[in-house]
Amino acid sequence: MAALSVMTGGGSWFLALALGVTLLKCLLIPTYHSTDFEVHRNWLAITHSLPISQWYYEATSEWTLDYPPFFAWFEYALSHVAKYFDQEMLNVHNLNYSSSRTLLFQRFSVIFTDALFVYAVHECCKCVDGKKACKELTEKPKFILSVLLLWNFGLLIVDHIHFQYNGFLFGLMLLSIARLFQKRHMEGAFLFAVLLHFKHIYLYVAPAYGIYLLRSYCFTANKPDGSIRWNSFSFVRLISLGLTVFLVSALSLGPFLALPSIFCLWFKPQGPRGFLRCLILCALSSFMFGWHVHEKAILLAILPMSLLSVGKAGDASIFLILSTTGHYSLFPLLFTAPELPIKILLMLLFTIYSISSLKTLFRKEKPLFNWMETFYLLGLGPLEVFCEFVFPFTSWKLKYPFIPLLLTSVYCAVGITYAWFKLYVSVFTDPPVGKTKKQ
Amino acid sequence: MEKWYLMTAVVLLGLTVRWTVSLNSYSGAGKPPMFGDYEAQRHWQEITFNLPIKQWYFNSSDNNLQYWGLDYPPLTAYHSLLCAYVAQFINPDWIALHSSRGYESQAHKLFMRATVLIADLLIYIPAVVLHCCCLKEISTKKKIANALCILLYPGLILIDYGHFHLGLALWGVLGVSCDWDLLGSLAFCLAVNYKQMELYHSLPFFCFLLGKCFKKGLKGKGFVLFVKLAGTVVASFTLCWLPFFTERAQALQVLRRLFPVDRGLFEDKVANIWCSVSVFLKIKDILPHHVQIIVSFCLTLLSLLPACVKLTLQPSPKGFRFTLVSCALSFFLFSFQVHEKSILLVSLPVCLVLSEIPFMSTWFLLVSTFSMLPLLLKDDLLMPSVVTTMAFFIACATSFSIFEKTSEEELRLKSFSVSVRKHLPRFTFLPRIIQHLFIISVITMVLLTLMTVTLDPPQKLPDLFSVLDSWLINSVTSLRKSGRGDPRQREEAPFTR
Repeated sequence: MAALSVMTGGGSWFLALALGVTLLKCLLIPTYHSTDFEVHRNWLAITHSLPISQWYYEATSEWTLDYPPFFAWFEYALSHVAKYFDQEMLNVHNLNYSSSRTLLFQRFSVIFTDALFVYAVHECCKCVDGKKACKELTEKPKFILSVLLLWNFGLLIVDHIHFQYNGFLFGLMLLSIARLFQKRHMEGAFLFAVLLHFKHIYLYVAPAYGIYLLRSYCFTANKPDGSIRWNSFSFVRLISLGLTVFLVSALSLGPFLALPSIFCLWFKPQGPRGFLRCLILCALSSFMFGWHVHEKAILLAILPMSLLSVGKAGDASIFLILSTTGHYSLFPLLFTAPELPIKILLMLLFTIYSISSLKTLFRKEKPLFNWMETFYLLGLGPLEVFCEFVFPFTSWKLKYPFIPLLLTSVYCAVGITYAWFKLYVSVFTDPPVGKTKKQ
Repeated sequence: MEKWYLMTAVVLLGLTVRWTVSLNSYSGAGKPPMFGDYEAQRHWQEITFNLPIKQWYFNSSDNNLQYWGLDYPPLTAYHSLLCAYVAQFINPDWIALHSSRGYESQAHKLFMRATVLIADLLIYIPAVVLHCCCLKEISTKKKIANALCILLYPGLILIDYGHFHLGLALWGVLGVSCDWDLLGSLAFCLAVNYKQMELYHSLPFFCFLLGKCFKKGLKGKGFVLFVKLAGTVVASFTLCWLPFFTERAQALQVLRRLFPVDRGLFEDKVANIWCSVSVFLKIKDILPHHVQIIVSFCLTLLSLLPACVKLTLQPSPKGFRFTLVSCALSFFLFSFQVHEKSILLVSLPVCLVLSEIPFMSTWFLLVSTFSMLPLLLKDDLLMPSVVTTMAFFIACATSFSIFEKTSEEELRLKSFSVSVRKHLPRFTFLPRIIQHLFIISVITMVLLTLMTVTLDPPQKLPDLFSVLDSWLINSVTSLRKSGRGDPRQREEAPFTR
């Protein structure tokens, strides 16, 4: 009984939040899933039934393996558990096979692998400044950050309804960021390298890692004014990094416009926080200007931004605009009627909580939004009502069925561009972190 | 209130959980010819829309009472009629007379679920939020946590028909507790006219209001209040039953449908005294029918009398809530023709006292959910049941730190153990016994659940698991009743207020 009381007493709020969202994910098991479900079933089948040499050649299904090898090994490992649920799903020719056991296995595999994400969030909370320490639990930055990450709307609907494995991948990314904050650079670099081999989309943020590690790790000290001290260069560190990190040219992926921020990271290093800012900018720039970008890629910018949002009011404001519009832009992914209440309720839950909790956290500073931004965010409500409830009953539905999608994309693009711009400005206008001060 | 956003988050979470659970199967899905409660609700919409009022409760060629005939009071019928109008607007096939029997489709399921969600949103959830906001002497954070626990109570989420009557009853409790007596009694009368089982709660309402009248003085304000209340009750009943007062036969037939005394002492395996005792002693066979009714009536009355008398003499909102629990429990344990789902009528008042005795309340609520397991398994709701029960348990454990608050005083067993210690001076270990019992009961529930799901019962005892379930529940509920303490003893001990 004593053990139970320790477990449920104070300090266990993190566990309660993690368990709570896990149980919610279990309730989402019977919801709609997209073709990504079949994609992963196919990859389970390919990796289980065929020899390695055939994995990237197999094309019975249209969903061929197009993720790096680590992910293929991951599917291979999963397939060994899958065979106890339903052997049939591992047959390459069973296209679109989705028995109830298959569904259960796939959904549980996502929920289970999210454990890494939970651990990463726990580590990130340690990096958050406890300066604004208040007695009230719900106003602590750690608590707010945990909710913003663990209960992130986008991740919930993309992973647990639409069906994908972003949870543990973002877990790897957040963990590597946390390690960099904790000055465990080698671990951070290693984790990022591993992540790259799981899903190559993270190449978008590779430049941030590369430059930061080169500038702030390989050069072991700065001059008093913050600029580079060339003779502090450490070859040992560079080589060890080079052995660990795999940096492919990111230019072809389009984050050209992230270059200025990367230069900033070199010439005006601001420690881990600056790195994080640069990472988010890389992700956002590639989202905006990259080739064949998927809506879900916005999560690559939103999740790391959560870490910054509990630190400064300015960042909180940008985060809220980015996350609200970014999450809303994911709405077209769930177009089925039974999922409509879920997406609206969860969106409201996350948005109301994030805005109110951050407003409370920064209530002593100037308001987070000006009238223009408030108006814009409120406009999402009527937009949703029009697209989902009014438009389907009008005569335009037959002639111009793409209008809701068009309106959603354009409206959200305005918000995301605005957030990108504001973030860029903040990178250049923020003062550099103290020259000899310990970071 | 400050931290309104947290309360909003709790409400949104409650709604999300309700909707996601409702995506699962419903009772009687794909099971012709009778299907289940879902089909009953649909059928009532069909009947009330297509037939004139006079035929709703009578057997006829158009209305076969054997096939889910209306057996709830008129307000349910009016509500079904309202839903039917909406259904007619969307898709008339859903309620076409005769041809819509057994109609099942994705769109129809969404419609039915939506009507339930809207009813919850408009009636039940605001009542819960208001109740939590009106709680005295606890912090805002605890109020919000309280709301979270109540909204996560699995019983009300998993049982798939709307809980309009519970929402109305809750408004009744709120009204009466906050001294809006007329509004409160109106709400409660509407609740009774929605489902007759609300009569389980009627005695505490009566005693509390009567006690208030006495307190105000029978010669002055008290008498005025009494007359006003009586007027409200009569008016609301008349309004609901108006169409049925035209002929005597109408009213009688409705009453006959509402109170089927012919159906016997109990049906199925319900966790009350009669069912449990009948394992050893076949009461149904031993006692004749009318004697069963009398015995059940007497026992029910005896068990609820002390609490009601006390409430009349000393009316207070706190006492009112505890008496609600006590009376509802008495009815559930001893009454006639009790259904498993009637445990919800006990659970609702227990939710209201959650903040005062968190440990026992949580225990009871967990067991009450478990008591409906056979019903839930029949409707394919194993996963949602397990998930919501775990969520509820975690919410209560973190909100109230229940495992730390198990001293005698907090369990309201102080007077009981003090009196026992007069004879047995070493009787100091009651809290520890209770804690151990709790752990044992949780383990037993988990084991029974696993066994029910994985094993087949032995041939000779096909209902073994259901019976074991009801025994377990019985023991816990009886413990709970004794935990309330004899009302006379409560007066002696000053710390139990």
